[in-house]
Amino acid sequence: MATIDLGKHGAHGQVPANDDRPYHERYHAAHHFVDREHEFDAVKMGVWLFLATEVLLFSGMFVAYAIFRMMHPEAFINGSGYLDVSWGLLNTVVLLLSSYTVAAAVRHAQTGNQKWLRINIVLTFLAGLAFLLIKLIFEYYPKFVQGKLPGKFFSYPYAENPYEPLFWGVYWGATGIHASHVIVGMGLFAWLYVRARKLHFGPGHYNAVEGVGLYWHIVDIVWIFLFPLLYLIH
Amino acid sequence: MATIDIGKAGALHGGHEHHGSYLEGKGGIWSTIWDWMTTVDHKKIGMMYLVAILVMFFFGGMAAIMVRLELWEPTRAVAGGFEGNILGHMFGEGANLGKSNEFYNRVMTIHGIIMVFLVIVPSVPASLGNFLLPLMLGAKDVAFPRLNLASWYVYLFGSLFAILSLLSYGVDTGWTFYTPYSTTTDEGHVRVVWMVTAAFILGFSSIFTGLNFVVTVHKLRAPGMGWFDMPLFVWGIYGAAIIQVLATPVIGITLLLLLFERFFHIGIFDPRLGGDPVLFQHFFWFYSHPVVYVMILPGMAIINELIGAGSRKKIFGYRAVAFSTLAIAGISFIVWGHHLFTSQGEVASVVFSALTFLVAIPSAVKVFNWIATLYKGSIILTTWMLYALSFLFLFSIGGLTGLFLGSLAVDLHLHDTYFIVAHFHYVMMGGTIIAFIGGIHYWWPKMTGRMYNELAGQIGCALVFIGFNATFFPQFFMGSRGMPRRYASYVTEYQFWHQFSTIGSWILAAGLFLHLFNFIASLVNGRKAPANPWGALTLEWTHASSPPIEHNFEHEPVVTHGPYDYDTVLPAQTKPGDYVLPRPAAGGAAHH
Repeated sequence: MATIDLGKHGAHGQVPANDDRPYHERYHAAHHFVDREHEFDAVKMGVWLFLATEVLLFSGMFVAYAIFRMMHPEAFINGSGYLDVSWGLLNTVVLLLSSYTVAAAVRHAQTGNQKWLRINIVLTFLAGLAFLLIKLIFEYYPKFVQGKLPGKFFSYPYAENPYEPLFWGVYWGATGIHASHVIVGMGLFAWLYVRARKLHFGPGHYNAVEGVGLYWHIVDIVWIFLFPLLYLIH
Repeated sequence: MATIDIGKAGALHGGHEHHGSYLEGKGGIWSTIWDWMTTVDHKKIGMMYLVAILVMFFFGGMAAIMVRLELWEPTRAVAGGFEGNILGHMFGEGANLGKSNEFYNRVMTIHGIIMVFLVIVPSVPASLGNFLLPLMLGAKDVAFPRLNLASWYVYLFGSLFAILSLLSYGVDTGWTFYTPYSTTTDEGHVRVVWMVTAAFILGFSSIFTGLNFVVTVHKLRAPGMGWFDMPLFVWGIYGAAIIQVLATPVIGITLLLLLFERFFHIGIFDPRLGGDPVLFQHFFWFYSHPVVYVMILPGMAIINELIGAGSRKKIFGYRAVAFSTLAIAGISFIVWGHHLFTSQGEVASVVFSALTFLVAIPSAVKVFNWIATLYKGSIILTTWMLYALSFLFLFSIGGLTGLFLGSLAVDLHLHDTYFIVAHFHYVMMGGTIIAFIGGIHYWWPKMTGRMYNELAGQIGCALVFIGFNATFFPQFFMGSRGMPRRYASYVTEYQFWHQFSTIGSWILAAGLFLHLFNFIASLVNGRKAPANPWGALTLEWTHASSPPIEHNFEHEPVVTHGPYDYDTVLPAQTKPGDYVLPRPAAGGAAHH
């Protein structure tokens, strides 16, 4: 009960300054939790709720997709024909691999293997970057040049269906929102790396790694649905 | 420092160092301001929200007064009188003012957007909920204090966009942003974009708060507090929080698509490009119908506490009330189609109409339980109890007229008339806002450490009650006779009731201003509040001082009795003379 200034600094945890053990061993819990396990449970629940909001966010996109594909099936099949399955497949593989590396990062945080924790964080970051570059260079850019753009910017002269701009609207909207999630994820991995270098993670204290890992999985899962819905509907 | 009467706890642990109240300054004025701006204390965040929401309520209310003023005459725009001055500049785009109904459309939209997105949705959860949830659970804070602070800044940031849009003449889309109004009007301006962005950003604030509360309720209950030992206030906030978390992302994607539509014409809501404007309505109401329960559930949550403490009785059917909260939260997700009776298919309308009636059942369960609680209770008629009784009256009217609108055949007649306007004002204002004002009175001593003037409070309550009914009851008459909503002009036959309604709005405003002055007077010069002035049994009254210390409790409270055990427990921290009104004749709660 001696720590009085908890209100202001409590949320950062009670870390005595004069102690040379690694941060994760010195850290107890934010002041309103009983212990680290209590805090861990709460954080994990918060992350899962956040994931539920993500699912519902994308659900709007998927509903729009379902309705317009039902209304204009030819436009979607035509539009899908212009997408290059091989690049989509490559990106799927990249993301699946990153799912493995992020799971490995969580495991290494649990066991306190700092070196491999850092390596796996970096690998996942690079996978995100690779996904974005492939998307940008081999998919977005050519389509941009050919005028396969949403709505009023659609200028591709050989369109066979009057509703193709709608398909491209759904395509750019869905993949764009997904790509913005990948970018956010990369930012989170950069943050994790900085904290990992400061030895913030270890056995019993890996909430952040686990939370970001769960987020990254949802980003992967959304792509797992987008890939067949957009690329494989001939 | 306030000398804090911590009652039992203080006596048991005499000599323990007293901590300061959370309101105590931190040195100079600047360091105090900085302390508030960076605080992660749920009480301070709740108070900052309360102030912001009341300021917004003032602006939204002023817009409402202007709307009523404009409707005083059937045709002439009162707006013409603003030509040349700042209001004319803000809303009328200069010379066009007198010739168009722009003014009316914009002011009406401002009223709707401010009241829905900036006032009612955050009102109870973000202010009272933030303040009380941890106190009622016996916790030191919400689960994620920094996320809580973030939600406050996100709220400010979102409000900023709304204000920017407002200052650049505002929008006239109505608060619902229906396409094609929101995608095709206002060409060449960014104000619709700003307003939609504001709503999008405010959604994040709402999600942060909801997520925080759900986790707090699950993980931070005090030792000894099971799910069915929680005050029903917590149940109500919990139900609303679940809806906030699950529904708000859908409005997020909807508004995002709306922005895409506006910028790129992607065609999703545009039939010329193969899209469907009704899809927008589905998306919008998939969020916005559940969200009306985000608005009403916290209001109902407050009423539980007021009725329990005000009738000195156990809430009748605690579990039924708790489960009806969850039932309302669940059913709220499957009734959105009743906003589309005139735009969707017939079969869908029939199904949605039937589902809509389901929601009346848990709502009625609550009302009947409250009335049963009042029965043979020792009712104390404080201001907040009068508000609770007003709520029962007004919410019942609002709820029952909802059944008219839920019936398919009747709705086709009443659709888009003043009947709807009256109905949702009876629920939103007569329900949520009335409960909110009652709740502010009830917890005012706890939040500020001061008592308010009881007589002024009761007069204010009477004015609000009379003014509210005078404003909105005539709108049922007008609506049933075909007066359409959202119009600036009307046929002369309606003038009498319109003027009646406008006069009512002045009485209503007078009552609200009286409350405002009463609160200010209380802050300046009110009697110091005892720890438990109402003799209530929830933890914030029995185990915390008024105002609470920074860490809420001197010691982690252990729950030893239910929140409404008035028949068996003598409230801690209450001394004779604490009541503003004399105690009930029976001589206290322990009698029964």
